[in-house]
Amino acid sequence: MRHLWQGRRIPLSWLLLSRQPVRLLVALAGISFAGILMFMQLGFRDGLFDASVTVHRLFDADLVLISPRSASSVRMAGFPRRRLVQTLADPAVEGVTPVHWGLMLWRNPETRLNRAILALGFNPDDPFFADPSLSNKTEVLKQKGRILFDQLSRPEFGPIADWYREGRTVETEIAGNRIRVEGLVSLGTSFGADGNLLTSTETFLDLSPQKSRGAIEVGLIRLRPGTDPQEVVQRLESRLPADVKVLTKQGFIDFEKNYWKSGTSIGFIFTLGAAMGFVVGCVIVYQVLYTDVSDHLPEYATLMAMGYRLSHLLGVVVREGFYLAVMGYIPAYFAGEGLYWFVRDATRLPVGMDAARALTVGGMILVMCMLSSLLAMRRLVDADPAEIF
Amino acid sequence: MASVELQNLSHSFGRGEMRRQVLQSISLRIDPGEVVLLTGPSGCGKTTLLTLIGALRTVQSGEVTVLGHRLYGAGRRQRQKVRRGIGMIFQGHNLLRCLTAEQNVQMGADLLTGLGYRARRDEARYWLRSVGLEDQMCKLPHDLSGGQKQRVAIARALAAHPRLLLADEPTAALDGATGREVVELLRRLARDQSCAVLMVTHDPRILDVADRLLRMEDGCLLPSEQ
Ligand SMILES: Nc1ncnc2c1ncn2[C@@H]1O[C@H](COP(=O)(O)OP(=O)(O)O)[C@@H](O)[C@H]1O
Ligand SMILES: [Mg+2]
Repeated sequence: MRHLWQGRRIPLSWLLLSRQPVRLLVALAGISFAGILMFMQLGFRDGLFDASVTVHRLFDADLVLISPRSASSVRMAGFPRRRLVQTLADPAVEGVTPVHWGLMLWRNPETRLNRAILALGFNPDDPFFADPSLSNKTEVLKQKGRILFDQLSRPEFGPIADWYREGRTVETEIAGNRIRVEGLVSLGTSFGADGNLLTSTETFLDLSPQKSRGAIEVGLIRLRPGTDPQEVVQRLESRLPADVKVLTKQGFIDFEKNYWKSGTSIGFIFTLGAAMGFVVGCVIVYQVLYTDVSDHLPEYATLMAMGYRLSHLLGVVVREGFYLAVMGYIPAYFAGEGLYWFVRDATRLPVGMDAARALTVGGMILVMCMLSSLLAMRRLVDADPAEIF
Repeated sequence: MASVELQNLSHSFGRGEMRRQVLQSISLRIDPGEVVLLTGPSGCGKTTLLTLIGALRTVQSGEVTVLGHRLYGAGRRQRQKVRRGIGMIFQGHNLLRCLTAEQNVQMGADLLTGLGYRARRDEARYWLRSVGLEDQMCKLPHDLSGGQKQRVAIARALAAHPRLLLADEPTAALDGATGREVVELLRRLARDQSCAVLMVTHDPRILDVADRLLRMEDGCLLPSEQ
């Protein structure tokens, strides 16, 4: 270590950058911009995919039954409720909860405008959420026409949470039926749902009379402790007719995520956006480094005439690229944090900085700068020490 | 052992029809500590000769031995190593614009192997003092006068402990008095190091610093008068 420190030389790369502040700023602005763009695009992408399963994660279930015709949470098809009851015949199944699931038109009590909200209907006596603080609230749903409102819903549904906290009686209409908000829960918005509400099976069916009583959209299955869910999935799949699909809870989450990932171009669009940022960054860094090398070509030639190796000079350019990457990443990281905070605030999407993404973008910036410095290096070959006398 | 020994060195530029012989059968010898001045009309091949001795070009024909290294057939890597023992001073100062005077000189000292950072920095400071620039150490080349820049260049060349100094019209960008001062300094410092000097110049006022004077014309070395 001491040896290395004593072996150090004039930090030429650093001085080349720092003694040309305008050029440095241009380069850093470009890199940061590219970094922010990547953070934004990848953040949105992951955030949207994560958000699509916020509700899915909350269920108290080991296995989930859905209809094979269901495409995603916004297009859940029904299947006979009997199928869920049939699973009770399996010794590994401890209990089940039938769930009604669908979009309904919620009237904003303030503006009287309608907007689609995701409604979940279940029997308040059945276990539903894994989190006891959520399950404890469902007691109030036993009374007809009562709902629990998701306070993370978008503000377009009206100032429901505020009114409720002020102690007002919050009532509105769904499909011409009066309902009353009897409590607040925190679930979160997603692609498909700008807001959520929970209610009892009775109320749910009152609100959507077109649905048949014998059909449900989701069946939650809880297994006895110590059973392998995968095994039970196979057993149930073979026993039940083809009008239902058995998934593990993770499978249910993946089913939803995959719909948004592969069934839509959302993933592609955001990945493309991030790639654009990468390309723009490459062009800027290359441009800056190339001009820098060109401007200093006689100086590089002088160094070669003095006896410096070409590889030493290549190292100078590589280090310039590395310093740019590090210095450009830091502001990009903090801008990314700020941006995520802003997006969370404005859209309520669960977008946050996670280590994987911070590393991905850092890696992309590093690759970007290294690639550019490799390309800019080709210019160094033109430095001919014989031409400087 | 001679610092430089040339035998029948010839060099030409271009190919085929365009081929032009620039140096013709040059033979000369420079001993350690000797200060040799090379003069001649513009275009007679002085710079070309210097770049060949300085291991900056490949030797086409003839024997060139510099500091004990034979340069005929020497590869890129080998020539780079030879150059480490040669200090070069250019017509323009060729300092690195983004480095201070001290850092520029240290770029020369950094070529010394086996010395710690401190030692190399002290070396750089020593040479800057030797050329009388101890109070200009932290200035960028931009803020130095022509003569000061050329003195920094001399300090940089000497800081690498060369055994041969090549200078191509080092006074071209300087006024008469400053030019003379710089050249005398160069001679004195080189002498102290017993470093051989080969200097190309047009400047008649500095010819007297030489131990020996060489004249070139049309690629040929004229027989010396001494
Ligand atoms: N790289 C080159 N390619 C072709 N011709 C060159 C090159 N360098 C120098 N010459 C020619 O070689 C001749 C000698 O040049 P040079 O050694 O620079 O002369 P001096 O330094 O004595 O003025 C000149 O005619 C010049 O045009
Ligand atoms: Mg010349």
